[in-house]
Amino acid sequence: MSIRIDAKKCVRCGKCLDVCPGDLISMGIDGSRILRPEDCWGCASCLKECAFGAISFFLGKDIGGDDTYMQVKKDGRCLHWIFYDSSGQVRTITVDQSSSNKY
Amino acid sequence: MKTERLKTDILIIGGGTAGCFAALTVARKSPQTRVIIAEKANIRRSGCLAAGVNALNAYITKGKTPEYYVDYAVRDAHGIADRKLLLTMSEQLNEVTAELERLGLVILKDENGEYVSRGDRNIKINGENIKPILSDAVQNLPNVTVINRLNIIDYITNGNRVIGAYGNRTDDEALVFISAGATIIATGGAAGIYKPNHPGFSRHKMWYCPFNTGAGYAMGIRAGAEMTTFEMRFIALRCKDTIAPTGTLAQGVGARQVNSLGEVYEDKYGLTTSQRIWGTTAENKAGRGPCCLATKGITSEQAEDLERAYLNMAPSQTLRWVAQKKSADKENVEIEGTEPYIVGGHTASGYFVDVNRKTTLESLFAAGDVAGGCPQKYVTGALAEGKIAALSAVESLDGAEAADISDEFVSVARAEAEGFLKNRGGITPDELEEHMQEVMDRYAGGIGSDYAFTDESLDIAREKIEELILRVSGAVCRDMREFTRLHEVKERLTVCLTLIAHLKARKETRWHCFAENRSYPDKDDENFLKFVNSRYESGEIKILYRPLEEMNV
Ligand SMILES: Cc1cc2nc3c(=O)[nH]c(=O)nc-3n(C[C@H](O)[C@H](O)[C@H](O)COP(=O)(O)OP(=O)(O)OC[C@H]3O[C@@H](n4cnc5c(N)ncnc54)[C@H](O)[C@@H]3O)c2cc1C
Repeated sequence: MSIRIDAKKCVRCGKCLDVCPGDLISMGIDGSRILRPEDCWGCASCLKECAFGAISFFLGKDIGGDDTYMQVKKDGRCLHWIFYDSSGQVRTITVDQSSSNKY
Repeated sequence: MKTERLKTDILIIGGGTAGCFAALTVARKSPQTRVIIAEKANIRRSGCLAAGVNALNAYITKGKTPEYYVDYAVRDAHGIADRKLLLTMSEQLNEVTAELERLGLVILKDENGEYVSRGDRNIKINGENIKPILSDAVQNLPNVTVINRLNIIDYITNGNRVIGAYGNRTDDEALVFISAGATIIATGGAAGIYKPNHPGFSRHKMWYCPFNTGAGYAMGIRAGAEMTTFEMRFIALRCKDTIAPTGTLAQGVGARQVNSLGEVYEDKYGLTTSQRIWGTTAENKAGRGPCCLATKGITSEQAEDLERAYLNMAPSQTLRWVAQKKSADKENVEIEGTEPYIVGGHTASGYFVDVNRKTTLESLFAAGDVAGGCPQKYVTGALAEGKIAALSAVESLDGAEAADISDEFVSVARAEAEGFLKNRGGITPDELEEHMQEVMDRYAGGIGSDYAFTDESLDIAREKIEELILRVSGAVCRDMREFTRLHEVKERLTVCLTLIAHLKARKETRWHCFAENRSYPDKDDENFLKFVNSRYESGEIKILYRPLEEMNV
């Protein structure tokens, strides 16, 4: 369970640094980076904050993760969770933040 | 190393659920009172609420009373809880919920404008952004200063009085000393004490917040505060691998616990929190695993709603369904028990406090998962305690300036920190932590020993943890982040010793799994319907047995 940050997409806004509950992200010369990927809790706060799709979230291989990962696009009240695998985009699940969980 | 000294009226350590609400309460009640929140990460998403929460688990639903909630919590704790603490918390639950809604939390309502409940005690929300909501409310308060990335290491005391605290700030590598008229400790519980479900790359894929490392407990223990009920560990029943919560499945879509033969086994063991874990552990041990929550047969629409609900609190579970091209309507969800945590918001471990949430140390108040005696707090209970502690802290101020911190204290603390930062060789904090987790797993009832221990195994655990404590001062520490890591391990080791002493002192098995004492396998109401408390005194952990509710009669 962890995240990857794509330096090519990072615009160095630093927003992800301020939402990591473990203070695990720092700003390098070519973008933000996660210092200790194995320390990530998997809360996904950083990907919700990244408006440039630079951060992706994956499951560690030790808990059965494969190449599938997800990113988040924010659009007003909605969070679009976009899932990719090695063949490209596979699914999108949209959650409207103004409506409550059913369960 | 740089040092900085600050003064405030009220210092709040930990800007999580309870800490943020405490700040908000002070600002409302007494706007001229100055507050500092010292937070090791950034209050925007720090602590248990980072990913969001599923529901508000503690609420007095229509037709129910605070006393009803108290009875439930006492029953679930098999008698070991403080009714007055529970009552004072329960009386606040609905008010703090209304406040959360005013701040912007989305709560589901029916056509009559009433909250929609899930079972008898929960209400349905969209809890994804609950922490940003709290943090926004706090950021706007004029007399509240938030210091992010300040990891508090220890209290500053004068005799039995807490006069402030100090810690290390990663941003500018400074040691910061804060003196305060009153201090509220709100650092949450302790994770990472036992070997986790997945000790490899995904070691932090645990249920409880891995960054809550028991700092508040450790500081209190060192300063001689009385602690209660550490032996009532919390073990969560979670979705296998992703360790995502299961309440959404059990209470949300009514999924029941079944073994590999398809038998519903939950009725056989009972439905208290500890019995649910016990049932699953026992079924696995009897060769009837894997155990699952039976979701097969729910509608596909329900399965999709579950995917969305998990994205709002534990997104890895949804990723797992998508990656494996599976869904809850087609396949049952396998469950497992987590490693044990110390967390006073679920069980009753923590500071021994009175109804005002005052600890046994002067000028120190405790709220949320760090405070003991009052289980089943959850989010709203943590807010309620934050509020109560804040009101008591304001009340306790006598109008005088906070005491000055002596030059001597500052220079001793600085020399100690600089000493650590010179260590270039030796055991690493990671290695120390792994070793500690192994010891606790094997000798103090971790996953690897089916949560069980004996008098003898606890003695071995104590001896080995004491050895590890001696190695802390020689561990490598190359920069400020490693300095924090090392202190986190040190805190956990301190918690381990107190925990072991408590496990040893409750010579019965009242809660299966939570405290599975093979030397005393039965419940013993005659001798143990009481609190096991402890106080660290001249290098020894002294056990004190207290009648239930002694502090509040
Ligand atoms: C994954 C998960 C899901 C949950 N889901 C629900 C739910 O659906 N419904 C519900 O009602 N309850 C839920 N709970 C329980 C509830 O979230 C907690 O009981 C509650 O939030 C605890 O509040 P707290 O203030 O004690 O701790 P936290 O909110 O965790 O705050 C502790 C704070 O202290 C900071 N800190 C720690 N150490 C230091 C230090 N040394 N120096 C400075 N700062 C420090 C931390 O960074 C953190 O910000 C859940 C808990 C977890 C872990």
